[in-house]
Amino acid sequence: MVDVHDHICWGGGHHHHGGHTLTVSNLCAHYGEVEALRDVNFTASCGQTVALIGPNGAGKSTLINLLAGLIRPSAGHMLWNNTPLHNTRHEIAFMPQRTEVNWRFPLSVRELVEMGRYPSTGIWNPLRPHDRDIVDKALEALNLTALQKRQIGELSGGQQQRAFLARALAQEAHILLLDEPFTGLDVPGTESLAELLRSLAAEGRLIIASHHDLSTAERIFDNSLLLHRQAIAYGPTAQTLSEANLRATFGKHSTRKTV
Amino acid sequence: MNDFIRFLGEPIAQRSLWACAVIGFTNGFVSALVVLRRSSLQIGTISCALLPGIALAILLFGFMQLSILIGAIIAGLAVGLGSLFISRTGKADHDTALSILHTTAFAMGYIILVRLGLQQKVDDWLFGNIMSMGDTDLWIAWGIGSLAVLSITVLHRPLIIFLFDPRAAAAMGIPTRALSYGIFTLIILVLVSSLQAVGAFLTLGLLVAPAASMYLLTDKVSLMFWGGGLIGGLGSVLAFFLSYPLGWHLGATIIVVLGTIFLLAWIFSPKSGLLCRKR
Repeated sequence: MVDVHDHICWGGGHHHHGGHTLTVSNLCAHYGEVEALRDVNFTASCGQTVALIGPNGAGKSTLINLLAGLIRPSAGHMLWNNTPLHNTRHEIAFMPQRTEVNWRFPLSVRELVEMGRYPSTGIWNPLRPHDRDIVDKALEALNLTALQKRQIGELSGGQQQRAFLARALAQEAHILLLDEPFTGLDVPGTESLAELLRSLAAEGRLIIASHHDLSTAERIFDNSLLLHRQAIAYGPTAQTLSEANLRATFGKHSTRKTV
Repeated sequence: MNDFIRFLGEPIAQRSLWACAVIGFTNGFVSALVVLRRSSLQIGTISCALLPGIALAILLFGFMQLSILIGAIIAGLAVGLGSLFISRTGKADHDTALSILHTTAFAMGYIILVRLGLQQKVDDWLFGNIMSMGDTDLWIAWGIGSLAVLSITVLHRPLIIFLFDPRAAAAMGIPTRALSYGIFTLIILVLVSSLQAVGAFLTLGLLVAPAASMYLLTDKVSLMFWGGGLIGGLGSVLAFFLSYPLGWHLGATIIVVLGTIFLLAWIFSPKSGLLCRKR
């Protein structure tokens, strides 16, 4: 596991020590009468990659939606550096599942990345040269400069993932929320996305992703949160994915290989 | 031909020509929203659902422009939101609820119009009659068109993020719920303003075909709005000049012209056209 304080925090420079921490306490969520999540507690710091692991309907998406501010918790708190997380929305970037995206939308890679500047510019201000620089850098960092004029559907799967990550970079977000980013990727694709996420974390971002493949979780994520309507276990991935915890999360027929 | 030139000199012809241009442009401009949201069938059902609102307004308040407008908006909202409510609170899905509500509403509207003795005018409500548009109607069309262009232009950036990626938009703090109600209201306003011109059945074509054609021709989202507006406006004006000499119904001609433009784009589009793909 990467030590949290072993990185140069990209957004840092001020009060880094002990700061940049996400604290989730007693978080509950309901859909109408139905309880989706009960009493979830965990803390994570920038520099980490965190997997949310659990069976379908365990509340992975609910937790992502709560953190992204798409639904309101029925109880509990989410704090970022001891202030309410959603007071600083530009700090959070959300990345949808690949199957959810309309890839035939008339949008170029550059226009997608430019969307990331919206929380900073707001409705009224156009993109300034400063914003264009940031977009240029984000495209360059993810090796998309040559592809920036392409329509998003013309990219390969891995390039599409990178385009969305570039949007998160352009947003200068500190927390990246990813909904099942590894679904549908082949082995080399998984490997390169994992590497990318680790390097983004090493620059001081906090990566939180829902994940369903137990066989790859340990190689990709520092920490894991096992979910089944409530938090079963949380900690370094290798220790968290113990036989006993997995049984509590998935039921008795689960193995380490498949879900 | 001389006949036609003499006809063009009449105020009614000039009014109709303006109506074609304005209503065509407005529908084309707004059609980008419908195409990008991929909600054309829903809009189609709502356009038919406006009929009972109009009929009830005539029944209660007589033939008054404003009451007809309000009646149509209420009927559209009732069917649109009602179907959502039924699907959320019962077992039936949204499409099922929408299909039943809009046909029921349409049937009610028809019954009321026939009972009112407006039977001869029913054709006008279903297929439109641009020639019957008065100055007030034209002003309302202008007003709704300006509102549409203005609001979409001002809110362009958050709107595109919302249309493309609603969850990320909400995470960025964009008021997605307000936007989706706003889009819905705008579309109903446009439907109402074009109902007189092309009628409840045909208005869907005017509110989908222009941007759909543009969608086949371009990968730039802003071009879908302005290009859609141009196709809608110019297509409708072209239909005006075709319909008189051919003796075709004007509203229907507009839809046929726009449908033809869409098919041509589908075949000949340089990027995604049928001919281009075979090569």
